[in-house]
Amino acid sequence: MTLGLINANPVVHAKKERVARNDDPHAEDAVDPLEIYDILFLQSLSVLSEESITVDEKLGRILITFTPTIQHCSMATVIGLCLREKLKDCFPPHFKVDIKVAPGSHANEESVNKQLNDKERVAAALENPNLRQLVDECLYSSEL
Amino acid sequence: MADSIQWIQHVELYVSSSATPSQQAASVDAVATLLKNDLLTLEALVREMEMYLTTTDSIIRSRGILLLGELLAQLTLKPLDSTSIHSLIGFFTERLADWKALRGAIVGCLALLRRKSDVGIVTDSEARAVAQSYLQNLQVQSLGQHDRKLSFQLMECLLDRYSGAMADLGDNLVYGICEAIDGEKDPHCLLLVFRIVESLARLYPSPSGPLANFAEDLFEILGCYFPIHFTHPKGEDDDVKREELSRALMLAFASTPLFEPFSIPLLLEKLSSSLPSAKVESFKYLSYCTGKYGPERMAKHADALWSSLKDIAYLSPQSTLSMDPESMSRMNFQESDVMTHAFVLLQEVIRQCGDFISLIIGDNDIKTFLSSLNQYKGFDDIPLQVKQRLHAVGHILSTCAKASAALCNKVFESFFPLLMDGLGLSVAQPSQNSYPDEECFSPAKFKFGPLYICIELIAACKNLTVSLYNCTSVHDFSHQRWCSMLSSFSESLVKAFVSMLRSNDADNEQNAYVYFGVKGLQILATFPGSFTPVSKSINDNIFLELVSIITSDSNKTFLWTSALKALVEIGFSSDKCLNPERAASFESAVVEKIVSLISCLDSAIPLSLRLQAAFEIGATRKDFMLRVVQGLDEAIDTHFSAVFDHGNHKSVELTVKLLDTYSQKVLPWFLEIGGSEEVPLNFALSIWDKIENIRSLNLSPPEFASDLLGATMTAMKKAVASCSEQSQEIIIDKASGVLFSSTVFGSVGFKSGSSILKEEGLQQTQNYGNSFGRYEWLTSLLASVVIALRPQTGIPNGKMILQLFITSLLNGHVPSAHALGSLVNKLPLETKEIESSRRLSLNEALDMILYSFIGTCRYDSTSGNDGSGVNISSLRLNTSRIQLEINTVIGLAWIGKGLLMRGHEKVKDITMTLLSFLTLDCEAGVPKQFQNLVKVLDEEGVHQLMKCAADAFRIIMSDSGECLNRMYHATIRPLYKQRFFSTIMPILLSLVVKSESSYARSMLYRAFAHVVSDTPLSAILGEAKKLLPILLDCLSMLNKDVSDKEIIYNVLLVISGILLDKNGREAGVENASSIVNQLIELTAYPHMMAIRETAIQCLVAVSELPHARVYPLRTKVLRAISKALDDPKRIVRQEAVRCRQAWASIASRSLYF
Repeated sequence: MTLGLINANPVVHAKKERVARNDDPHAEDAVDPLEIYDILFLQSLSVLSEESITVDEKLGRILITFTPTIQHCSMATVIGLCLREKLKDCFPPHFKVDIKVAPGSHANEESVNKQLNDKERVAAALENPNLRQLVDECLYSSEL
Repeated sequence: MADSIQWIQHVELYVSSSATPSQQAASVDAVATLLKNDLLTLEALVREMEMYLTTTDSIIRSRGILLLGELLAQLTLKPLDSTSIHSLIGFFTERLADWKALRGAIVGCLALLRRKSDVGIVTDSEARAVAQSYLQNLQVQSLGQHDRKLSFQLMECLLDRYSGAMADLGDNLVYGICEAIDGEKDPHCLLLVFRIVESLARLYPSPSGPLANFAEDLFEILGCYFPIHFTHPKGEDDDVKREELSRALMLAFASTPLFEPFSIPLLLEKLSSSLPSAKVESFKYLSYCTGKYGPERMAKHADALWSSLKDIAYLSPQSTLSMDPESMSRMNFQESDVMTHAFVLLQEVIRQCGDFISLIIGDNDIKTFLSSLNQYKGFDDIPLQVKQRLHAVGHILSTCAKASAALCNKVFESFFPLLMDGLGLSVAQPSQNSYPDEECFSPAKFKFGPLYICIELIAACKNLTVSLYNCTSVHDFSHQRWCSMLSSFSESLVKAFVSMLRSNDADNEQNAYVYFGVKGLQILATFPGSFTPVSKSINDNIFLELVSIITSDSNKTFLWTSALKALVEIGFSSDKCLNPERAASFESAVVEKIVSLISCLDSAIPLSLRLQAAFEIGATRKDFMLRVVQGLDEAIDTHFSAVFDHGNHKSVELTVKLLDTYSQKVLPWFLEIGGSEEVPLNFALSIWDKIENIRSLNLSPPEFASDLLGATMTAMKKAVASCSEQSQEIIIDKASGVLFSSTVFGSVGFKSGSSILKEEGLQQTQNYGNSFGRYEWLTSLLASVVIALRPQTGIPNGKMILQLFITSLLNGHVPSAHALGSLVNKLPLETKEIESSRRLSLNEALDMILYSFIGTCRYDSTSGNDGSGVNISSLRLNTSRIQLEINTVIGLAWIGKGLLMRGHEKVKDITMTLLSFLTLDCEAGVPKQFQNLVKVLDEEGVHQLMKCAADAFRIIMSDSGECLNRMYHATIRPLYKQRFFSTIMPILLSLVVKSESSYARSMLYRAFAHVVSDTPLSAILGEAKKLLPILLDCLSMLNKDVSDKEIIYNVLLVISGILLDKNGREAGVENASSIVNQLIELTAYPHMMAIRETAIQCLVAVSELPHARVYPLRTKVLRAISKALDDPKRIVRQEAVRCRQAWASIASRSLYF
């Protein structure tokens, strides 16, 4: 797998002004899109936005729709994989995570979606040492 | 004479090129020491060194000469005769021509020229010879950096110290310097170059002197350095700051007026640079040079200066307005640096050249702008850009007007009538009714532009009067034109301002008008001295108007606060600029009115706002504050009687507010300004008077009573605490007088102080019914007084007071416990015979207290209580027995705290008693005097008592706001907490080991937790290894109880403190597994989020312990943390993610972990 940058000079978007949460010390804080948005880290490329995340706490489902920076982004699957890994680290296992590319934002939309939500294929991908390293690099490089 | 061989070796070492620099420096020092101590003469040295100084080998020669130079530099304090100096300076002067051995010659010259006159100096003619040789032989710019620096130093030294000799050199010198400095680039050298130019200018000030011929050339060299800008990245020349260089260059620029024809055009040209920093620099230089060059020279640049100033400040003003509505409506512009400096220049130019003003007045752009302002009606109609200009023009005009009275006249003559026209105001006809009529104006009529400029001008006027008033004896400005103009319009102006305040809308636009209306009124009312543009009646109207806003309407918050601020400003100015007439009318119109508001019962304004207004107005002057205090006193008086005589519940709340104002604002204010003790003294006495005179102090419902009592006690404590010993004695005398004349206490029969008293007191007070309220009030207030006393204050009837406190404490009165604690903390150890009637000694007090509580006395602490004295076990009622014991424990805790803080040994007895309460349920541990007790009480009662004893340790260790702190003059020994910690810890631990019942153990842990959580961390870290296992046991013991969450949290904080410390971590390593187990349990603690959060943070800290220790725990932690990921609180979830990463990363396959 080549690691060359496909979109080496992406448009960086300014972070949006945030709506302040009302903090009630006694209430329980439900998981909301903002929290997921904070945990993920692609906001400045406009790959993700708060609106593209939906959470259903009762059913324990998280749906994320992301927009690759360019139509033929071959990294779309890697991005999706990273998102899945990151969320797996940060949320309890009973949440079911669905990851999709935004409709019309990618050339092979259907196949990418299928690949990202296929348990077997995700597990297989993460067993590939090269891919694993790439994902780890994505997830932790900003923290090192 | 020293052994010549030895020092010659040093010389050889220095001269040889193989030696290291440190060896060379050492040999210079060695030879210099010989010379200083006269073990070697300079002559002998020179004679011996002849070969090195004159050899044809230029390397050796240069080393030799340098050695001689450096030796001389070390001998600056050694007296030398004139022949030696003469021959040495002659030698070095000659050597300046020897470019191969130059450094030594320069160093030598410098060393000789810098000598002080009392040790022999170089003569003028010799110095001149040095300079001549310098000018003739030195090619400075072809030298290396260090040599250049030395040669500049030499030149600077010559110019500074031998200016007389240098002056004769004339053109030659100036030319030589020009040549030497041309093209210099090193910052260190440049600093010297700029100073040389400055000295040179000082040397030839005459406009026809040698400098005049070369001024253009010299400036050409200097000018290219402006503006100072480092092309190389930062860090290379950290030692020379840009500001330092820039300042030196500025001084050089301004050093002589001869530079003016060249520098001013250059600076003006640089103003058009696109670099803001260059503009700032130019303005700075221009302001400085204007001051130095003088008005004649600057006059011809006036036009150019004005046009560039106008360009920066008016045509393209760089100022920003923050977007919040508050500063928007105040036109609160933030000016850029460039603008700030432009206005500094404007001020300087106007100060220097009086004619400059005609340029501004005659400026067509400004005139058109001012008349164009009339097209905008309201504040919101004006676009932002025009507002910027408005601000700029306002600033320009006010800068001009502020400069002097004459300039102020000119500005007023040219602009004021125009502005008044714009506002639609005319000279007021003397009318009968001077108070502005309602129908007179409506706010929309005023155009904001002229209004703004007008207020800026009036403010400038006021500034001018204040500065003139303060620095000259002329206090009469009425003949000035601006003054008469302002006076004639003042009435209509005031009317206009007032009408702006009376509008009913409250939007952004209206706020702007309100702000400027209030500001205008405030300025008009604060002109200093006898001069004021407004007559007394109008002035009074201003006060009335502002006060009526304060008194009538608090819904318009902005208007209300602005009006209050204005009144406070006026109050301060009435203090500074003495105008007795106006101060008097301020007092009668404002202060009196505001004070009367305090006690006003049916005011529309909430009491808290009224009190705020009163306090802020009062704070402007001490006599005003005294007046406010009087008002407060009256109000408290009426409300007190309303509460108690008429049972008015609404008054309770109001009284509490009044008392809070007293304790939180008024008393601290007096304490800060100092020197007025009457206020707290009178306050305390008047409270006692009231208590004495009010017949019944009963209140129902009891919440009201406790609120009021609490507020009164706080105020009383604060008041007493801020008094001196004498006043405190007056208060305590009064208090004890009131107390013991009271019927409540008369009937109890205190005099005996016998053991019956307690039982009797207990039962009697419960039966009092009616007088119980009174009893509580009196005791509580007396306790407040005693808590706040200074250690030196004598207490009358000490024993009776003590007995009273003991009795009421046993009835469960906590303030009495505070008072007892304060008493034992402050009483003197011994008293002298003479004063013993007035002063109770600590030992007497302790005897009484311990006798009553523990049944032991000071001299006999080992023997138990065997029938005589107090026999607490003889009480019959079980329930009240438990209560009594609990009260005893609380009392003992406070008394112990007081003793501990002063470092008294008796605290040990008290702690031991508390500990015996703690272990009450183990048969073996119960001391003799409690054995009966255990039999009488049931198990539940015993447990309650034990818990209370454990909590007593919290009282002992924690800081209290109620009593025993610095504010209430407690005696505090340093490190008392550490001391207590180290004595109690072994005892507690051994008791834990010995204890048989689990309840006793858990209570011991509870006491342990209290002690540990209030001990400074540094003390704990020292014993971390020993403590950590116990802390963990402690956690496991406490865990079960919901009500203990605070204690758990405190213990957890101690553990996290240990884990985060480097030494503490070693202790952590040994207990890693048990720490992790405890922490994991706490990550699911349901009752407090902070505990879960801290526990997870501690787990993160544990993950950093040595790998071998923590790796086995990894799976356990990760499993627990994955549950925490589902925590109901977000903060905990976030911590959990961090923790999970930390623990996952200690065993990952990836390279990046």
